Amino acid sequence: MDSIMLKYDLAVIGGGPAGLAAAISAYENGIRSIVVLERDVELGGILNQCIHNGFGLHRFGEELTGPQYAERFISKLSETSARVLLGTMVIGLNSDRYITCVNKYDGVFTIQAKAVILAMGCRERNRGPIGLPGDRGSGIFSAGSAQRYMNIDGYLVGRRAVILGSGDIGLIMARRMTLEGAKVLAVAELMPHSNGLNRNIVQCLDDFGIPLYLSHTVTDIFGKNRLDKVVISQVDDRLKPIPGTEKEFDCDTLLLSVGLIPENELTRTAEIPIDFRTNGAVVYDDMQTESEGIFACGNVLHVHDLVDFVSSESEKAGKKAAEYITGGCVSIHKAATIDIKNGNGVVYTVPQKVVIGGPEKSLEVFFRVREKSEKSIVEVSSGNRIISSFKREFLAPGEMERIVIPRKLLENINESIAISVKSGGTV
Amino acid sequence: MYDVAIIGAGICGASVAYYLSQKKLKICVIEKETDVSMGTTKANSAIIHAGYDPKPGTIMARLNVRGSAMIKELAPKLSVPYKQIGSLVLAFDERDLDTINLLYNRGIQNGVVGMKILSSRETLEIEPNIRTDVKGSLWAPSAAIISPWELCIAMCEVAAENGCDFLLENEVTKIKSEPSFFEITTTERKLQAKYIVNAAGIYSDRICSMAGSCDFSILPSKGQYYLLDKNQGDIVRHILFQCPTELGKGVLVSPTTAGNLIIGPNAESNNHPEDLSTTRYGLDYVAVTAAKTTDKINLRENVRSFSGLRANSNRDDFIIEPALFSQRFINVAGIKSPGLSSAPAIAEVALDRLEKGGLAMPQKEDYKNSRKHIVFNELTDEQKNKLIKENPSFGNIICRCNTVTEGEILQALHSPLPPKTIDGVKRRAGTGMGRCQGGFCSPRVHEIISRELNIPFEKVEQDRKGSYIVSEKF
Amino acid sequence: MKEFICTVCPRGCRLKVDEKKLTVTGNGCIRGIEYGKNEAVNPKRILTSTVSIEGGLHRRLPVRTDIAIPKSMLFDCMAVIHGCKTKSPVIAGQVLIENIAGSGANLIASRNM
Repeated sequence: MDSIMLKYDLAVIGGGPAGLAAAISAYENGIRSIVVLERDVELGGILNQCIHNGFGLHRFGEELTGPQYAERFISKLSETSARVLLGTMVIGLNSDRYITCVNKYDGVFTIQAKAVILAMGCRERNRGPIGLPGDRGSGIFSAGSAQRYMNIDGYLVGRRAVILGSGDIGLIMARRMTLEGAKVLAVAELMPHSNGLNRNIVQCLDDFGIPLYLSHTVTDIFGKNRLDKVVISQVDDRLKPIPGTEKEFDCDTLLLSVGLIPENELTRTAEIPIDFRTNGAVVYDDMQTESEGIFACGNVLHVHDLVDFVSSESEKAGKKAAEYITGGCVSIHKAATIDIKNGNGVVYTVPQKVVIGGPEKSLEVFFRVREKSEKSIVEVSSGNRIISSFKREFLAPGEMERIVIPRKLLENINESIAISVKSGGTV
Repeated sequence: MYDVAIIGAGICGASVAYYLSQKKLKICVIEKETDVSMGTTKANSAIIHAGYDPKPGTIMARLNVRGSAMIKELAPKLSVPYKQIGSLVLAFDERDLDTINLLYNRGIQNGVVGMKILSSRETLEIEPNIRTDVKGSLWAPSAAIISPWELCIAMCEVAAENGCDFLLENEVTKIKSEPSFFEITTTERKLQAKYIVNAAGIYSDRICSMAGSCDFSILPSKGQYYLLDKNQGDIVRHILFQCPTELGKGVLVSPTTAGNLIIGPNAESNNHPEDLSTTRYGLDYVAVTAAKTTDKINLRENVRSFSGLRANSNRDDFIIEPALFSQRFINVAGIKSPGLSSAPAIAEVALDRLEKGGLAMPQKEDYKNSRKHIVFNELTDEQKNKLIKENPSFGNIICRCNTVTEGEILQALHSPLPPKTIDGVKRRAGTGMGRCQGGFCSPRVHEIISRELNIPFEKVEQDRKGSYIVSEKF
Repeated sequence: MKEFICTVCPRGCRLKVDEKKLTVTGNGCIRGIEYGKNEAVNPKRILTSTVSIEGGLHRRLPVRTDIAIPKSMLFDCMAVIHGCKTKSPVIAGQVLIENIAGSGANLIASRNM
């Protein structure tokens, strides 16, 4: 029995905010033969369980909840000719853009696409990679798992909780659990500062009197069947626990909000080069990966803070994929390119490569800084020459930054450019 | 009245049940946990040893070699993941070279086939990632890796299909010795059995003492492990052992049947039987010691760490013999390494002891001794399609890290010995064993368990009794 | 005297607000003054949660207050939300409870279900 082969101009892998925006944008830029492959029972991705507000402030000037934000794009997509395959998991991808999918109705089948957009999002880091020692009772959840149990299934995960990690997800869950009647005893944060938005510190911790222990981590866990105690300790400047600083909490729940990792299993299967700094694919300024006709956007490319920027980045990918298709699928990889390097104080940049003489008037570069700083200057340089600089009042690792460089400034560059931060003063 | 009650559903209890269930006997397995394989069986190195390590003339030596040969045949018959990848004991100095020669000679005496002493160059040729200062190694092609809990589960499922009763969540609290039978009291019920096989692992001395005087004691020894991501899985191709030194037994580095890399264990003696915690100290020891084999291990790719307790005893050898107080009470105790490798052979000896104790064991005319188990990931596209057409639940992927389908979860939930916990499903279907360690799929597996087994959502547990997951409904 | 971290922009200026005189210091821009005054006198929050829904794709329907409610009323509103049950179909934006707990805000559905 031969399996089915479907042909589409554009295949979008993932129907969350990135995939939705990319598909809509591709349609708006002329592509009609589009398929969106989503493994869940509905579109919307992680937004479906993010029932809190704060989405869309930049894009719509409104404070929407996750489902509200998703709804805007889901309804727009339904007005396009895009075919949506729900409950469909992509289990294989190769550089020739053959996508192997599986679902209940069609079994295993293949899609051949002229262009593919990777929009698979990210997953959470858990107990293993952060090496939490201790007992193995139940009651330890990644924040996202707990969020699903609470918001989709409708169950409280525990009555007394400690949260490790003060990124936005941990903070949001602190509030969520408190509102549902649980007691959140503490939020521990390994670093000396929180990565979360100030509004979340205020609205999730301060509002409820939940203490935040900076420079602390979980050092022991007790509870053979179900968690019953967590010990946190202060850490030194090498992030090692300081003996004698232990604080015990009687609790039945530990939430781990310890980082997100782009979900690039498929990207690796297709042997598409990954940037170890972002854990996402290396891309050109048109969002295309090193693999012909395969684009990437959203959290699978690099973990974002705001969904608004996921949407705009993905719209760009959709537009560029559309141009690639309508332009006859001409390779850009043979064109002359320059690398963008992360200079002093910069952790990574997206894109990592630029095509010289590309059609756009300007080059948009996203980056993240290593440390907080105020009144800084972001410099774009090539060798010893400073090409362009931008003033920034306030920079922080938890806030992804964006600069826009006029392309004509890049005209005579043939090596690489570096983005670096010249500090006016560190906070 | 049961003919035989087996106390303990670890790999030894499971093996005894598997073979006994082929006889015309009324048998049961009494297990205190919510599932089989939950003791040492699910937390060990997962190695089928070649058999050069035990001292010649011991029971361990004989049963290791016999058991590993039996497992080679059993594993495919029971659809249990098994790969005969062979092992190397690595020598890094003169003393190590003496040790591997000693082990080679032991192996010859024990009847191990195919061993060879390899030079430094030959070793590096087949294992290029080992530290280049390796001086030589002992190559044993008959060593293998296996999924130990799946072997235990498979044997139990076949035993159950052959009519063996499994009394899970039954902890034995009292054993009364009557003239021709035993009365066993558990936390759930009272039952009677003419014969008892005590395969209670860490607690086998306690169980023996309940029935009469016990002439051995168990000294649990904890071993901690790291399990690393599949992208570390092909750093080495064989099981790599280090030579023991006075600092302790070396730490092994090995691929697993799932494609991960396992490193460990350390050895902490005199451990409390309930303490399965991992410790910073123990894990650091494992990491540092494993690096003596290869420096290519990237510990940041650690997926999970765990610990297991070995049932060391005050004796040097396996204890497979009737108790002092009765020929009808067979102890299968002190089964430390190479226990897993020896398990089917241990069962053979146990059956022999039962027979010598007067138990007639006529063979059934009709019984199962094999098992079919679908692993979606391993099928060809054509097989997948045929399967999905017959049963669409195989087209619904639940665990995305390992591509495990709803069909396989249902296969587990409707098996002859169905699990009712998240980890019970994990051990059979492989959900939650990947990178995200169940972060994504656990809530979905939870929903399926609740639905299929009609258990209220909040009553579904993680693994052990009392390991509830959600506390209440809104 | 009350102290707050301003949440209007990422700088997070530490504001000091005199509730009686209604003066704000420590702000880095004028938006901080408005924020500080509101936080001191009448802090308000948008409340989001879920309600039980029958016949929908999921067991829970995400809901929110359409406008911010006084911070002091959060748990009163949660108590009302706990008792709220609804039935599919529900349209995004549909009012489920008017003037919830007398807060002046309506409880609306966040999505279709």
